[in-house]
Amino acid sequence: MIAVLDYGIGNLRSAEKALVHLGAEVRVVTSPAEARGATGVVLPGVGSFGACVDALRASRLDQVALAAIDQKVPFLGICVGYQMLFDESTESPGARGLSVLPGEVRRIAGEVRLPQMQWNIVTPRPTVSRMWASPLPVWMYFVHTYVPSIEGNTGGIVVGSCEYGETLSVAVERDRLWGVQFHPEKSGREGLALLDRFVAFAGESATPLERR
Amino acid sequence: MKGINFIGLKDAGDPVELARRYDGEGADELVFLDITASSDDRDTMVEVVARTADEVFIPLTVGGGVRSADDARRLLRAGADKVSINSAALARPALISEIAETFGTQCVVVAIDARWVAEVGRWEVFTHGGRRPTEINALDWAVEAERWGAGEILLTSMDRDGTADGYDLALLRDVHEATNIPLVASGGVGNLDHLVEGARAGADALLAASIFHFGTYTIAEAKAKLTTSGITIRPIDA
Repeated sequence: MIAVLDYGIGNLRSAEKALVHLGAEVRVVTSPAEARGATGVVLPGVGSFGACVDALRASRLDQVALAAIDQKVPFLGICVGYQMLFDESTESPGARGLSVLPGEVRRIAGEVRLPQMQWNIVTPRPTVSRMWASPLPVWMYFVHTYVPSIEGNTGGIVVGSCEYGETLSVAVERDRLWGVQFHPEKSGREGLALLDRFVAFAGESATPLERR
Repeated sequence: MKGINFIGLKDAGDPVELARRYDGEGADELVFLDITASSDDRDTMVEVVARTADEVFIPLTVGGGVRSADDARRLLRAGADKVSINSAALARPALISEIAETFGTQCVVVAIDARWVAEVGRWEVFTHGGRRPTEINALDWAVEAERWGAGEILLTSMDRDGTADGYDLALLRDVHEATNIPLVASGGVGNLDHLVEGARAGADALLAASIFHFGTYTIAEAKAKLTTSGITIRPIDA
């Protein structure tokens, strides 16, 4: 079962609907107890960084996210769900992220219109990662103004980048943790294919999420 | 780089069926505008959006009858990614920021129907399908809408809508110059050169309905034309 964390903000239905469409067993969870036994966890997010982390903590679903990552249960953060994995964001000074990944989220630099609200080309890292079917570039749909700035690409976690004013780190992978700035659930066939790989990955997960 | 989004649905008869078809044909984004006759049909609208979002996984904008943040919430919860507001925003611009603050600026599309008014030498905003004048300067309104928190402008030339004479390029250029948010061009597409002209005039997305609706061109043909014209666009086989 894949748990989609619903902490009361934004349109989470798209991620759920896409996973259901792919035949996954999905549960939209609003409390940690409901996430027990999950073999995959998806953290969507739209809106501001501060509003999202506050709501995530208020729902205590931050504990589910941290436990899943700690227990190496396949985890996917989407958009602000990706950004929340970092320490902080210049969008919401003072708001603390989950600090699972090193770096801060900051406004896209360069002479470009913001938000980036369009399809753009994502170039996979040339070395193999589980996230991609091939090293060929893929088009994904983006809606964002901020992007994680990853400290020295620690451990080579960046597995996808795109050009918009500058080179943006838009996909990361570490152990069984994935984070993507784009919206795979809104990126047509390529996006669904990425989610399908996550579903398969979660299906292989031998150890479902335990409550701590 | 700049991508050109393709939008291909407006005033459709059977929206869910058409949405599925256009998605399959390679549309980048879908727009439902006024697909129900009156605001009494809001439940129908929400249901259509929900059914579409069950099987179409590209961005979906929905407009028509959105008068409050609560209307927006229902559509977004049903699966819309953006809501388009028009006359309600003109009547009360704070509605733009109310929706933007709750759901993010990226969710709020302000639709502007503009017509050239020769007597005063400027584009003015019209409502009610282009019939009712407001005497509001369309460029001023675009700038103001951005200031209130609009994330995108859907700009329809009422002079060109339904004519197949091409987008109003001067209008597009002026609104593009005056604003800093994505601009969707609408109204007047009759052939594929019109799409290329619209992209070159500064549109970030190109809305075309009838050329696809009536089968004049396929989305694949439109994308091929844009690509060979040097405009970067998501390829059809992506």
